[in-house]
Amino acid sequence: MNVALAKSPTGQPVGELFAAARGRLPGTGPVAELRQAAFDDFARRGLPHRRIEEWKYTDLRAQLREVAPLAPAPDQAALTRAAKAVKSLGIEGTQKLVLVDGVFAPQLSDVAALEAGVQVRALREILEDGSNQVRADLLRTTVASDAMISLNAALATDGVVIDVAAGVAPTKPVHIVHVATRSAQSAATRSLVKIEKGARVHLVESLVAAEGARTYQTHDSIVIWIGDDAELQHVRLMEDALDAANITTAIFTVGANAKLNTFNLTHGGALSRYQGFITLAGQGSELSTNGVNLLGAARHGDTTFVVDHAVPNCTSREVFRSVLDGRAHSVFQGRIIVRPDAQKTDGKMMTRALLLSDEAEADNKPELEIFADDVTCGHGATAGALDESLLFYLRARGLPEKEAQALLIAAFVGEAIESIADDNLRDFAVAAAERWLATRD
Amino acid sequence: MTALLEVKGLKVQVEDNEILHGLDLTVNAGEVHAIMGPNGSGKSTLSHVIAGKPGYEVTGGEILFKGEDLLEMDPDERAAKGVFLAFQYPVEIPGVATMTFLRTALNAQRKARGESEYSTPDFLKKVREVAASLNIPQDMLKRGVNVGFSGGEKKRNEVLQMALFQPSLCILDEMDSGLDIDALRVAADGVNALRSKDRAMVVITHYQRLLNYIVPDVVHVMSKGRVVKSGGKELALELEKSGYAQFENKAA
Repeated sequence: MNVALAKSPTGQPVGELFAAARGRLPGTGPVAELRQAAFDDFARRGLPHRRIEEWKYTDLRAQLREVAPLAPAPDQAALTRAAKAVKSLGIEGTQKLVLVDGVFAPQLSDVAALEAGVQVRALREILEDGSNQVRADLLRTTVASDAMISLNAALATDGVVIDVAAGVAPTKPVHIVHVATRSAQSAATRSLVKIEKGARVHLVESLVAAEGARTYQTHDSIVIWIGDDAELQHVRLMEDALDAANITTAIFTVGANAKLNTFNLTHGGALSRYQGFITLAGQGSELSTNGVNLLGAARHGDTTFVVDHAVPNCTSREVFRSVLDGRAHSVFQGRIIVRPDAQKTDGKMMTRALLLSDEAEADNKPELEIFADDVTCGHGATAGALDESLLFYLRARGLPEKEAQALLIAAFVGEAIESIADDNLRDFAVAAAERWLATRD
Repeated sequence: MTALLEVKGLKVQVEDNEILHGLDLTVNAGEVHAIMGPNGSGKSTLSHVIAGKPGYEVTGGEILFKGEDLLEMDPDERAAKGVFLAFQYPVEIPGVATMTFLRTALNAQRKARGESEYSTPDFLKKVREVAASLNIPQDMLKRGVNVGFSGGEKKRNEVLQMALFQPSLCILDEMDSGLDIDALRVAADGVNALRSKDRAMVVITHYQRLLNYIVPDVVHVMSKGRVVKSGGKELALELEKSGYAQFENKAA
């Protein structure tokens, strides 16, 4: 069994993947040592599978089968195709930071036009600048541990490291755009965002494919610190190619009296997992985390969130919705941990699934781990088809069947999108949802 | 002249249970018909079948609208042709703003008829005018369709749609249910404003009260799935005195 774990199903030792990549991974000394240890950990564990509780509904061993070799650094042709994909997003007025096949592309980014108080460096640049324990820590994850987090630490080729100075409130959203241009290859990035005390930031992440990029894999991570009294409005729009795979880990640490409003929309990818680990580390912080999975055909989307109430007097709200057609499979796992000291915690979680076909599947696993005694926590879930009486009402008013369905689906999704407080960010999410609706025949 | 609506020998069943047993009804343009009858006589079933609600099986007879076979059409086609059912219990649609709904529906109907879409300023102006005449506040139009509306507001929203869509046949299913007298008067005034020589109305009601406000040209009494008596507006008053029992016995 141990031998099987160390090999991909095709029998190729996974070590070759790392050996082939090592030459181009930035960092020496402690950084290289950390990568080696992380890779050894991945090789020992192998891809997560259904017997690992956290991955019960998303069996990467069966569904991903193996990790594709890293895509080469983008050449001019790849950058040109990526530029086109960025343009086709139709999102204007943001400070774009573009990563192409896992490599930061300053020539496609608004690095010269960053607002005051926003500092951006490429992770690669920092890791190549010298090597010490502090730099190795950029690749380290302490709040969670699994094979995919280790794989990301081992292989991360680049990423953006963003620092927002105390008290500033940039007017334009910071916008990280991931573009895949190569087929059947993988990319791994790690980005870090530090929001200093009292700063207010809007962050958008877009994940898209250049035209023709197919069956690629993305193994990303993002680590975000939100300082005391700071506020982050975060929207992630996953619009990868429909046959791609995307495994992303997001780690948030929220300071005292800080606010985090984070929203994820997944309508791309044949196989995706977005796992978020949020620690409410300072008293009086407020979390709102919401998401929508819009999936058709035989696509699989997993959203897994662990919210850790580590201190007293914090509130968390989680609302997740999925709209499923064909044989699509949506997974939502939400765990709320309330530490012994975290009295007066107020944590709630709600999931709703709209099933448009008999063969679609929605799995929902809420977990409450409460160690304090003076808390308010709850969770709820619903699943159902479109309401026939609403459909008839709309049709009796002249809407053809497809239009009536589309209006009700948009309304269902819209209730989740309404959680995005910023008008601008909300419009981006509405547009992404409309792109999905337009793909339904 | 072709009748606007012609129902001939209509037989309808729901899950093997026959509800309408060969119903006849002819409504001409310009007329207002009232259909009265006790609970369970099949009044609402008739309105649902005319509008095309799923779940009813027509086992005999036909419904012609302007001479065309209505039963062959989808509900949205019927709406585009000019059939409008004012629901007894209008549904709430969270997340769909009333204004969006009204515009989408009107443009869908116009598109189906091969007409151009309304421009937004014209549309907004029209909606505001009609809403004002029905005492519908502007902020209600921004809310989800019927979400948080009172019974009276829901019915006025139905009348608002009628005024916007300008259908040639309006079927009002128990419009008075759940309304106090003031709310009823506002809704009825809205309906009366829509009376015209090109339009017919079928007012379905259990009580005579509504007919004080919407005065019919013809009154039909339904019992056990058939029209058992038709007459002028005085028939409604007669029913108010004597009740439905006489007809129930007769139909049996």
